[in-house]
Amino acid sequence: MSDYELVCPAGTPAALRVATEAGADAVYVGLRDETNARNFPGLNFSVKELQQGIEYAHERGTKVFLAVNTYARAGNNKVWVEAIDNAARLGVDALILADIGLLDYAANKHPDLRLHLSVQASASNPASINFYARKFGVKRVVLPRVLTVSEIKAINAQIDVESEVFAFGGMCPMAEGRCSLSSYLTGQSPNMNGVCSPASHVSYEQRGPILSTKLAGLTINNFEEHENAGYPTLCKGRFCANEKTGYLFEEPTSLNIAKILPELIAAGVTAFKIEGRQRSKAYIGQIVSSFREAVNQIESAGT
Amino acid sequence: MDAMADAKLSIGPLLFNWDDDKRRDFYFRIADEAPVDTVFLGEVICTRRGSGENYLADVIERLERGGKKVIISSLALVMDDKDMKKVENCVSMAPDYMVEANDLSAVQLLGGAPHAIGPFINVYNEATLRFFEKEGAKRISLNHELSSRKIRAIAAVATAELEVQVFGRLPLAISARCYHARVHNLGKTGCQYVCNQDPDGLTVDTLDSDPFLVINGLQTMSYSYCNLVNELEDMAQMGIKHFRLSPHDVDMVLVSQFFRDHLDGKIEADMATEALEDEVPGAEFSNGFYHGEAGMSWIEV
Repeated sequence: MSDYELVCPAGTPAALRVATEAGADAVYVGLRDETNARNFPGLNFSVKELQQGIEYAHERGTKVFLAVNTYARAGNNKVWVEAIDNAARLGVDALILADIGLLDYAANKHPDLRLHLSVQASASNPASINFYARKFGVKRVVLPRVLTVSEIKAINAQIDVESEVFAFGGMCPMAEGRCSLSSYLTGQSPNMNGVCSPASHVSYEQRGPILSTKLAGLTINNFEEHENAGYPTLCKGRFCANEKTGYLFEEPTSLNIAKILPELIAAGVTAFKIEGRQRSKAYIGQIVSSFREAVNQIESAGT
Repeated sequence: MDAMADAKLSIGPLLFNWDDDKRRDFYFRIADEAPVDTVFLGEVICTRRGSGENYLADVIERLERGGKKVIISSLALVMDDKDMKKVENCVSMAPDYMVEANDLSAVQLLGGAPHAIGPFINVYNEATLRFFEKEGAKRISLNHELSSRKIRAIAAVATAELEVQVFGRLPLAISARCYHARVHNLGKTGCQYVCNQDPDGLTVDTLDSDPFLVINGLQTMSYSYCNLVNELEDMAQMGIKHFRLSPHDVDMVLVSQFFRDHLDGKIEADMATEALEDEVPGAEFSNGFYHGEAGMSWIEV
């Protein structure tokens, strides 16, 4: 068991096995409904698969976290409450929550269940994090992707809970959990439905040599023949403002903190999260192995 | 119609970076002429913008003399010590004024004192509402994403007074990055306060030249103006007490008068919308979120 935890995505039971074999200290999964922020067709676990996944991982010393990180629906929160009760019954190692109503429920109903604060809760300062720790006994906070190393260090100096940061994968330029760009255009959002820029609303239109990628009929980007057409995630599209055209919000690049792992460890980070429950087994195996090696190198250098 | 006549209007916090003189003139007119019950003051978007020391005391005095309740809104995205200082300054006004918390950091500092919960704190359901009521929230602004069905479910159990934004561009997202600085090729710390050039935000077009969003410093807003004048009666019947008008660089006294006249049964909703169209030339209106559709859409009622 290492001092630093590598937390890896498992969108399917097969990916859970791959991530476990590749050296994940913990895998995080979601149930097959709108209770988690990767509510994609063909992805996620049934309750039975979750039970089997937990058995498989625990036999190999790997922890399983369940993400229930959307906001429960007013008027009908049944699936969210059931997800929490199932997590407690099946013995997940931690539940990742964002919604205060659900945190309150879990803390009262299952006081022994370990709670992590999802990045979707948008807790970006010590006072907020300490509030969640005090009121709900949260043990770990997943920090927003946009924080700098010095900001992370300053936060860690003032909180009593563990911190987890995103190590690799998609980059959200907006404060997570406070963005309704997707639902403004498509009616579906990360907070309510567990999706951003959903595939059901994506279309492609060839206009001569230009391929337009669209979301709900609105052009998000244009690609020339020599360019690779990316997925039309709203905030990573090309737009125009002030006579400037380009990636106004975020370049379509991904996040990779491999090079600054030692600095983040020095800043007090406990866990590194790899994003990508929607990714293939091969991708998961490759990324998890490479981060496992990086963390091992730091640990052996430190001893 | 009593629920309509009893409903109250509020002027939300000014989200744009207007200069001090423009702000003072704006609030003096609101104080003297606008038929609103509550006015929210305070910088919600960016710590780098002015803190209002040149006008705030005068504005508060004038608003209170005009019979308006003043609520001080706290910063929405709190990242560093400077941001936290701003939240502390805001909360320090709590003995004299109600504070609207827009981040959990403010709730933590308020320590259970009576307060308001602003729209930047996620209240999506009854359980979250009850938690904040227990923590001392007397007034809660609901998230703009919520449909009427969800608002109804929350309103059915609320003891705090509820508020819904019914006019103005919607606060869709906030970021640690300043997009205003970014489009002007400036860094966030050397931003030259370029957000003050766009009193209603900087329009973002798609590559097909369709206006879609606006940039307001760290904030990204809808290009369309939320307009729920047609839905006021429905919400009043549910028990929503307060309707928020988010300020824009238009005649907000007239805008609030149109909403008030409709609440008082003096004009039909259609007439109010026509009047709003004249007052906010070229504005596209939206009400999609309320009807459970894409937020930018306009659903005929």
